Amino acid sequence: MNVLVFAEQRDAAFKKSSFEAVAAGRALADQLGGQCAALVIGSGVASSAGGLGAYGASKVYAVDAAAFARHASLAWSKVVADAAETFGAGVVLLSATQMGKDIAPRIAVALAGGLASDCTALRVEGGDIIATRPVFAGKAFIEMRITTPVKIITLRPNVFTAVPGVGTAPVEMLDPDLPESLFTTSVTDTKVSTGRPDVAEAKIIVSGGRGLKGPENFRMIEDLADVLGAGVGASRAVVDAGWRPHTEQVGQTGKTVSPNLYIACGISGAVQHLAGMSSSRYIVAINKDKDAPIFQVADYGIVGDLFEVVPELTVRLKENLGK
Amino acid sequence: MKIAVCINHVPDTETKIKVAPDNISIDRTGVNYMLSPYDEFALEEALRLRERFKGEVTAVSLGGDPHRDTLRKALAMGVDRALLLKEDGERDSFGVASGLAEELKTMSPDIVLFGKQSIDYDNAQVGTLVAALLGIPSVSVVVRMEVRDDGTVSCDREIEGGHETVQTKLPAVFTAQKGLNEPRYPSLKGIMAAKNKPIEAKPAAAVPARVVTVLMRRPPAKTPGRVVGTDKSAVPELIRLLHEEAKVI
Ligand SMILES: Cc1cc2nc3c(=O)[nH]c(=O)nc-3n(C[C@H](O)[C@H](O)[C@H](O)COP(=O)(O)OP(=O)(O)OC[C@H]3O[C@@H](n4cnc5c(N)ncnc54)[C@H](O)[C@@H]3O)c2cc1C
Ligand SMILES: Nc1ncnc2c1ncn2[C@@H]1O[C@H](COP(=O)(O)O)[C@@H](O)[C@H]1O
Repeated sequence: MNVLVFAEQRDAAFKKSSFEAVAAGRALADQLGGQCAALVIGSGVASSAGGLGAYGASKVYAVDAAAFARHASLAWSKVVADAAETFGAGVVLLSATQMGKDIAPRIAVALAGGLASDCTALRVEGGDIIATRPVFAGKAFIEMRITTPVKIITLRPNVFTAVPGVGTAPVEMLDPDLPESLFTTSVTDTKVSTGRPDVAEAKIIVSGGRGLKGPENFRMIEDLADVLGAGVGASRAVVDAGWRPHTEQVGQTGKTVSPNLYIACGISGAVQHLAGMSSSRYIVAINKDKDAPIFQVADYGIVGDLFEVVPELTVRLKENLGK
Repeated sequence: MKIAVCINHVPDTETKIKVAPDNISIDRTGVNYMLSPYDEFALEEALRLRERFKGEVTAVSLGGDPHRDTLRKALAMGVDRALLLKEDGERDSFGVASGLAEELKTMSPDIVLFGKQSIDYDNAQVGTLVAALLGIPSVSVVVRMEVRDDGTVSCDREIEGGHETVQTKLPAVFTAQKGLNEPRYPSLKGIMAAKNKPIEAKPAAAVPARVVTVLMRRPPAKTPGRVVGTDKSAVPELIRLLHEEAKVI
């Protein structure tokens, strides 16, 4: 069974999650006895497309045209669905990013396929793909089977590993001829902050909660984050209090994150918070209450006063990392 | 203006979740339910649009009789009509979306609002699936929307690290993200009036599932980690562990 992977890029640079998806797609194709191809859509993307070969794509389809400089969900999903048909894909993989989640349902409808969202593990069993993901705020896990001939799957970013090999893949240019009507819903402007990484994409997150006592003390969290090149996260308590923007909220009604390292400072670890971060690879908790539930999921904890521990951590890391 | 809002009834975020004996669903006994949080933003936006453009807001929920509670809440907030598409069993997202789309086809609303995701299975699929099934545009994860008199719409949707502005045209589907508005609390008058308003009900169109749960299990047990220390003297050891053991810095 062939696997087509939609590889998302921004400003002609692939997202890390795209490499993860290609690597996962290749592993899947190998187990299913098929080929793995990637698809890139954008403007000015053709030259970097072949690089996906290093992650396992044996071929890359590229759409490189000014009309695709910005996201247009109807047009983009049509291109992916058409490419899946051209390639004879039985599986279409995407990352569960804001773009992936926006087009995956449309691709599913176009290909009459079932869609499994935001999966954290895939395996092949008796020729069938079994996709796993947490549900009910991480209080349960489900394993799913897609019953349709074509299967659409989105993968949670930062969960699947992507180790680059060598080599490039041949690039086949596609030149879709789409009606104007598919571009009537389209992005006209994009505003992205150039500062710290978004929690949804950061490899390390330093997160603060009500234990910080006030918005001004988030300086400590930001300083630690900057030493680590980390994103800044927050509990809902501090977002509701207006100390931090909702874009930083981690949890059931915020973002789902799975960084390599999540440092929770003055966060109790309510179930709704854990729902958003318990799939992080390593969790550090700094909390003065030894019974705080965050310690149940933390790999390393310091039971102590964050006002003392966090600045010390920042200073020591600065020394260690030579900054 | 004809507005539809699709709302879901989900387990309260605090409730304990137990796997049912069938090993593919949750044990519903003793579980408290609530209106899915993002759907509240969708409802509020619908009411604001009606305040501006006049017309009618219909809240639709697909599920068993307990979904009436959530529809009752929508009535209390101020929707004009509440419709239950009855389904006593479990459905996958495609089944839910198809049932909703079938009904919306005959209703032909100008705007259909959804939450960006239900907080039970967090699929984030149904809104965009419905749009695709209806063959109309959609904008997901919307934090601002401005509907103009000529039927064009400008919205902001959240993306990683920022937002993007999207233009579209009605009829269209929008899925609501927190920040879109500040949902109202139902007034006492609204709550009282909702008690006497009818909730229409009809069977949901049957649709075969495309994704089936083959197993539901408890999350893998996590052994609580190590307490490295109780004050700042533990910091060097913590850094060593992160560097040498976890290899994350
Ligand atoms: C429907 C619903 C959805 C929700 N969604 C989310 C969500 O998405 N994300 C989310 O985070 N929450 C969510 N919540 C809220 C959640 O239930 C908690 O209220 C919230 O996570 C608590 O935030 P907190 O840990 O910052 O505050 P608290 O629970 O008040 O914890 C503060 C912690 O700081 C510690 N502390 C205090 N002083 C210090 C100090 N000097 N040094 C070290 N530690 C200190 C305390 O011991 C305590 O553990 C939701 C709730 C509901 C009902
Ligand atoms: N059973 C349902 N009845 C009505 N609307 C629903 C139902 N399930 C999901 N929705 C809507 O679709 C959105 C996305 O849900 P989901 O794809 O399940 O995450 C929700 O926020 C609701 O607006």
